Amino acid sequence: MVDTLLSISGLTKAYPGVVANDAVSFDIAKGEIHALLGENGAGKSTLVKMIFGLVAPDKGSMTWDGAAFAPTKPSDARRAGVAMVFQHFSLFDALNVAENVALGMEDPPKPRDLARQIREVSETYGLPLDPFRTVGTLSAGERQRVEIIRCLLQEPRLLIMDEPTSVLTPQEVEILFETLRKLKSEGTSILYISHKLEEIRALCDEATILRRGQKVATCVPRETTAREMAEMMVGASFATPEAKPHVPGEVLLKVQDLSMPAPGAFGTPLRSISFEVRAGEVLGLGGVAGNGQDELLIALAGERPAPAGSLFLKGQDISAAGPVARRDAGLLSGPEERLGHAAAPDMSLVENGVLTAVRRQEMLRNGFISWGRARGFAEAVIERFDVRTPGPQTAARALSGGNLQKFVVGREISQDPDVLIINQPTWGVDAAAAAFIRQSLLDLASKGGAVVVISQDLDELMEVSDRFGALNEGRLSPIRPVSELDIEKIGLMMGGAHDMEVAHVAE
Amino acid sequence: MIRLEKRPQPSRLWTGLSPVLAVLLTMVFGGVLFAFLGANPFEAIRTIFWDPLFNTQFAGFTRPQLLVKAGPLILIAIGLSIGFRAGIWNIGAEGQYIMGAICGAAAGLAVYPASSFLILPMMILFGALGGWAWAMIPGILKTRFGTNEILVSLMLVYVAENILATASSGFLRNPEGRGFPGSRNFKEWDAAHNAELISGTGMHWGVLFAFLAVIGAYVLLTRHILGFNIRLTGEAPRAARFSGVNPARIVLFCLGISGALAGMAGLFEVAGPAGQISIDFNSGYGFTAIIVAFLGRLHPVGILLAGLLMALTYIGGELAQLMLGVPGASIQLFQGMLLFFLLGVDVFTNYRLRLGQRETA
Repeated sequence: MVDTLLSISGLTKAYPGVVANDAVSFDIAKGEIHALLGENGAGKSTLVKMIFGLVAPDKGSMTWDGAAFAPTKPSDARRAGVAMVFQHFSLFDALNVAENVALGMEDPPKPRDLARQIREVSETYGLPLDPFRTVGTLSAGERQRVEIIRCLLQEPRLLIMDEPTSVLTPQEVEILFETLRKLKSEGTSILYISHKLEEIRALCDEATILRRGQKVATCVPRETTAREMAEMMVGASFATPEAKPHVPGEVLLKVQDLSMPAPGAFGTPLRSISFEVRAGEVLGLGGVAGNGQDELLIALAGERPAPAGSLFLKGQDISAAGPVARRDAGLLSGPEERLGHAAAPDMSLVENGVLTAVRRQEMLRNGFISWGRARGFAEAVIERFDVRTPGPQTAARALSGGNLQKFVVGREISQDPDVLIINQPTWGVDAAAAAFIRQSLLDLASKGGAVVVISQDLDELMEVSDRFGALNEGRLSPIRPVSELDIEKIGLMMGGAHDMEVAHVAE
Repeated sequence: MIRLEKRPQPSRLWTGLSPVLAVLLTMVFGGVLFAFLGANPFEAIRTIFWDPLFNTQFAGFTRPQLLVKAGPLILIAIGLSIGFRAGIWNIGAEGQYIMGAICGAAAGLAVYPASSFLILPMMILFGALGGWAWAMIPGILKTRFGTNEILVSLMLVYVAENILATASSGFLRNPEGRGFPGSRNFKEWDAAHNAELISGTGMHWGVLFAFLAVIGAYVLLTRHILGFNIRLTGEAPRAARFSGVNPARIVLFCLGISGALAGMAGLFEVAGPAGQISIDFNSGYGFTAIIVAFLGRLHPVGILLAGLLMALTYIGGELAQLMLGVPGASIQLFQGMLLFFLLGVDVFTNYRLRLGQRETA
């Protein structure tokens, strides 16, 4: 265990205007699960890209098993034994599992041999997967297994995993951890990147914490509290969101037996979804990605009209109303995808403010936009939600993910909605900003708004919600008060109880 | 190693600079081209860019031509640019131009030889309606059945050309024209003649409408919510739907406005400089306007300048053919070069050049 596999010393990489990594050094031992922790923009991705040969360091060096290691392309790194599972899967929906795996290999074996190898690996590591299933029909967790198996077939010595659990149910996380522990016991090292501190505490042997490109601390996660780690990451203590006690008021949004066909070949149909949200209440909707979250948001936002009699806002049937009429009536929403859906990438923040706030903020006079008011609104959002930007005229795509998310969420909250529906409010946002966004959602509820938070982050949902439901294949589980739930029950709600047993891990 | 690196946001400097640079590059390489053709490059460039406006001998004739040619180009290009901003590609302005001319001319000729100051305005209205209706065909097919507006609008150009041939030799033929194809000449009918407004400038009602269209489009795109929705649809269609923009309405509006403006341009041409409906009435303004729209960066003021520049190369090109004996094709090559360099230089608006070590595999 004391043998060092990969040693990094003084790695530095500067981009114009920002030092992504500043003399970062640490070692990964053989058979160690090493956590890499840091806020968004702390330099984790750049560091990993240098190890994987995607980016060349300006300064510093790496040694691999005692020898100098300077990969100039991913295939160099792969040859040395580095494999990586990316946060965003690169799979083709229309091909089957074996074909997808073959596409990632430099010299793929015959399809039948490959299928046999896939079965062997999937049995050995407890990752059930049929090599001939079409990827488009797989859940997010199963897709991740495809990526992991693709890596394992190369018999890696170092496996890099970037935010692997963000799309998994608790049971799937458990399966993944069993697999990773088994790999560790065989001497494979793992570099594990995550925001989820409890997971790191459960899994990792050592953690390196990055902040603004520099290594600020190392710790043994088992002996450190999540809060301590979070504070090391952020560099200051931040407020944990707090629900203010409240009495739920009248029903503001009522969804009754909402069914809609899937919008495309790989979309999810909505199947008779019913729920109510009251004034002053936060309803959390969980579920594994791709189980109807996007479709539900689009239906509630009004991008696709719903069948008559399925949506009621303050008692009024709004099923046929479009987004503009729904906003006028007080229902606002925030889609998951920031660039291209919630915001237009090449338009300025002022223009992106106009996108949803033009009527509620009275920016129109006889159809003409008052750019003065629009600018005032954007500046107010930037100020109140601490959006880091050179100015309101900056293009949305020039902002970092977290800052744009603060702007997008802030844009809706600043309009004082009666009902706010938001999908993945803190996806890819650093801990401090996430806490701030959650607090803003709670504040909105405490002022009498009804909030629906759709998220894949269970910790987030437990933190902000009063009641919880889970989406599975377009169906919504019964809604339950959060106080009655534990992680086991939630998992069963999310998974619809099939395919969820912890797979047998071969000894 | 030379690399292109995407800029975080489009460079304002390059947005303004690239058309100027493109014109300069065209002059340099065009000059080389003319040198190969045996003409003095400096003289050729002067003949194209300078003589039409300032030569003491023939500027008196060529200067008014500048507005006569730029007017329809600008009017059509403004309409097209509004659609292009929304990602709606009307390639068939030539057909809408023809149909506008036919409808407007037919409306006028129906009341021949009446004399009222309302006749020309009525013809303008029918010209716009003709172009609008022709553009509604791809519009309705697209919104109803999801057809591709590029193909449908382009194909309709050839249909319009056939209708033009039928009109000039059939239902609009001059009954007093001894059987020759072609309609009555509007120049000989004061009430319907789109005459020069100020003598010796080339300024007619169409040019005035083109200037008004520039201002109108500028106001629409920068100040009005409809213009905002048009830009939003072009830049981020999903965000537009999220915002509540009805895509079908944008398609119909954009095709309608570009068709109406092209139709008006056709009417102004038939009632003014051309004078009559004839088989070879259309001269490619509808296609050249596409180049003008892009040369002007889809910006109304840019289109105004690009239209003038394009008109200048037309007139100067004809002059160069006459004076220097360079072939007509070389002038088209010259115009093609202009677009080529513009698109080439345009890369620097969104990318910056990096010299140095490569770092991604």
